[in-house]
Amino acid sequence: MKNVHIISVWVENKAGVLSKVSGLFASRGYNILSLSVGETEDPEVSRMTIVVEGDDKIIEQVKKQLNKLIDTIKVIDFTKKSCINKELCYVKLNMKTKEKSDIIMTSQIFGAKIVDIGKKTITIEIVDTDKRVNEFLKLVSDFGIIEIARSGIVAIAEDEK
Amino acid sequence: MLLNGAQIVIECLKKESVDTIFGYPGGSVITLFDALFSEKDIRVIVPRHEQGGGHEADGYARSTGKVGVVVATSGPGATNLVTAIATAYMDSIPLVAITGQVRTNLIGTDAFQEADITGITYPITKHNYLVKDVKKLARTIKEAFYIASHGRPGPVLIDIPSNVFNEKTEFEYPETIKLRSYNPTYQGNPKQIEKAVKMIKESKRPVILAGGGVIASGASDELREFVKRTGIPVTTTLMGLGAIRHDDPLYLGWPGMHGTVYANYTLMESDLIVCIGARFDDRVTGKTDEFAKKARIIHIDIDPSSIGKIIDTDLPVVGDAKNVLAELNKHFNEKLDLETWINQIDSWKKNYPLKYKDDNITIKPQYVVEVVNELTKGINTIFTTEVGQNQMWAAQFLKLERPRQFLTSGGLGTMGFGFPAGIGAQVANPDATVIVFAGDGSLQMNIQEMATVKNYNLPLKVIILNNSYLGMVRQWQELFYDKRYSGVCLSRDITCPKECKGKECKKYWPDFVKVAEAYGLKGYRITNKKDVERILREAIIENKEAAIIDVIISKEENVMPMVPAGHPINNIIERY
Repeated sequence: MKNVHIISVWVENKAGVLSKVSGLFASRGYNILSLSVGETEDPEVSRMTIVVEGDDKIIEQVKKQLNKLIDTIKVIDFTKKSCINKELCYVKLNMKTKEKSDIIMTSQIFGAKIVDIGKKTITIEIVDTDKRVNEFLKLVSDFGIIEIARSGIVAIAEDEK
Repeated sequence: MLLNGAQIVIECLKKESVDTIFGYPGGSVITLFDALFSEKDIRVIVPRHEQGGGHEADGYARSTGKVGVVVATSGPGATNLVTAIATAYMDSIPLVAITGQVRTNLIGTDAFQEADITGITYPITKHNYLVKDVKKLARTIKEAFYIASHGRPGPVLIDIPSNVFNEKTEFEYPETIKLRSYNPTYQGNPKQIEKAVKMIKESKRPVILAGGGVIASGASDELREFVKRTGIPVTTTLMGLGAIRHDDPLYLGWPGMHGTVYANYTLMESDLIVCIGARFDDRVTGKTDEFAKKARIIHIDIDPSSIGKIIDTDLPVVGDAKNVLAELNKHFNEKLDLETWINQIDSWKKNYPLKYKDDNITIKPQYVVEVVNELTKGINTIFTTEVGQNQMWAAQFLKLERPRQFLTSGGLGTMGFGFPAGIGAQVANPDATVIVFAGDGSLQMNIQEMATVKNYNLPLKVIILNNSYLGMVRQWQELFYDKRYSGVCLSRDITCPKECKGKECKKYWPDFVKVAEAYGLKGYRITNKKDVERILREAIIENKEAAIIDVIISKEENVMPMVPAGHPINNIIERY
C-alpha cells in the first residue's frame, strides 16, 4: 500500500549534495512530492525534508539509499514518530472589488495573511500543514488563482510530554 | 614543505602504497604528468584509450584487492572513463579515478574540453569530489582511498582543475580519517548471528549463496570453513567464483540464467538460503515472485541497501562477510544431518551435469576451455573474460581454485572489459599466466590496447572464441526471435544478400593474426580441432611472450543450460 512519508535528512553542507540526493530519487525511480533544504544549528550541516510516496518496501529502500550516500549524516522517517510540520504557501489571486471582503474573510478563517495588494491582484501567505494549505487553496480557487508558490514541508520532532 | 597540487597527488598516492597508475595525458593533467616524469616509485602505464585504462586499473584491483588508480584529462578523457567506472561500480571494485578539469575560473563556461564529470558520474560512483582548493587536496585523496576501499568497495572520482595542479601549499597527509557520515558496520549484531545459527540448525534443506562480497572481504577461507563445519551445499554467483574450489564435493557451481541445473534446483527446493555478499541480481533469481518460495532467507551483507532490495529477507545481518562467517563458525562443531537433502542434490548433479555435444568436425568453445584447464594445471593462472557467450563458457567450464582468479564484468556486462582487465591483472601479477577469454565482437571494443601489451612487454594470452557473431544476442534471436539474425553477424557487409545463406562469408575478418602482428605481437590461428591442444600449448606454455590466439569455433554453438529472461530458474531450456 502506498503511503506518504516525511523524511528528514541531515547532510554535509557542501556543493553538489542536493543534486546527489535529488539524482538518487530520479535514478531509482522514487516519487518525490516535495523537498526543502536549509541550514541547521551547525552551519556545516544542511537539513532536507523530503516528502515521498511509496509502499513499505520502496520507503525502506529510499531510507537505505539515502543513508548510503557518503554525505548523509542521519535519516529520520517521521511517519512513526510525532512531529510538527508546516508548509509556507504564497497564492496570488485575481482581485475584483466586490470579492475583496470574501477573500479577506476566508484568509482570516485560515489564519492566512494578506501580504500584498496591487491594482489587479492580492497575495496571501499561509503557513500550515499541507492538508490545510490544500483546503485553503481549494476555497480560494473560485476567486481565480494566478500563481502559487509552495515551500514544501519542513518538519521537526515533537518532544516527549 | 611547499608542494604544488601535482606533487601532492603523487605524494598522496605513495602514502597509499600505490605503485602503478594507469593514465592518459591531456591538457588539464599536463602538470601532473610533468611531475610523474621524474617519479621513480610510481609506474605509469599509458593505455591507448581512457576506457582501456579504466578497465586496466579495475583488473589490477580485482586481481590484487588493492585500490586501482586511473588518470584522465578533462572533457572527453573523463567521459571515456564512464563505462569503466560504471563497470567497477556495479561489481563493487575499489577504484580511484583522477580527472583533470578546466581551470577553476572557467568551470561552467562551456570551456574547451569541459565536461561536468562529477555530475555525470554521481549515479555510478560511490562518491565523487571536485577539488577547487589545493589546501583540500591531500585530505580529499585520503578520503577517496578510504571510501573506495572501506565498507562495500566502489569507485571514487576526484576532479581536479588544471590550476589546482599548479598551486602550491604545505603538504600534510592525515594519518587517520574519520568521517561522521560514513561508518560501515563490520561486526554482525550478535543477536542476529544467534538467530541465524538457530535458523541454520533448524533447516532441513539449506543452501549457501555466496557472492562477490566474499571475495571483496577476503572471506574465502572462512566460507570454506563454514561449508566444512556445517556440511551445507554452496553455490557462488558469477562474482563469487573462486571463493570455493571447483572440486569441493559440496560445490554446486553458479546459479541463474546459464548456471547449473542443480544449483537452480537446489535454490528453488531449499528451505533456507544463507546469502553472503550477494545481491539477488535478476540473472540469478529469474522471476523474483517465484524464486525459492519455500525458503527462509538469511542475508549477510555490509551494505544494508542490498538487503531486502529484491527478495524479502527473514533475517538481515549487516556486517563484513569475513567477520560474520568467523562468528558463525564458532557455533558449528558438528555437521548438520542433511543426508536426504545431499542425496537429492547428488542425484540432480548426476542427472543434469554441465555438458556439451562435442564433435570432431568443428571446435567447440567448451572443449577449448577444457584444454586450457589441462594445460594450466599447477600453474599460477588468472583468467579474465569479455562479455557474452565467451564469458559464460569460461565461467561454466574453467576449474577455478582460488578467489581473484576469475575476473569478469558481472553487473554491467561490459564488452571490452576482459582484454584491458587482463592487462591490469598482468601488470599487477607479472609472474602469473594471465589468460583472456574473448569473443571476436568484444575484443574489438578495446582492441587498441594491443599497443599497451606490446609497449610494456606483457606476456598476456588472449584466446578469441571466434564465431563471427555477437553470439549471445544471436542465441537469443535463434531461440526467441525466430532466427532473425539482425545486426549480429560480424562478417556481414553491403555485398551480402538480404537472406543470408551463410555460404560465402568473408573468412577471418578482421584477420586477428595480422592485427596482432601489426602491433608487434604473436598471432596464432586454430581452425582444426586436432590442432587445439598443440597450438594452445605452444602459445600459452612454451611461448613466453604475449599471444593473440584466434580460435575459429563452431559458429552456432549455444550456451546451455538457459533460463529465459523473466522466468523462474527451474524453467530450464537444455538443447545440445
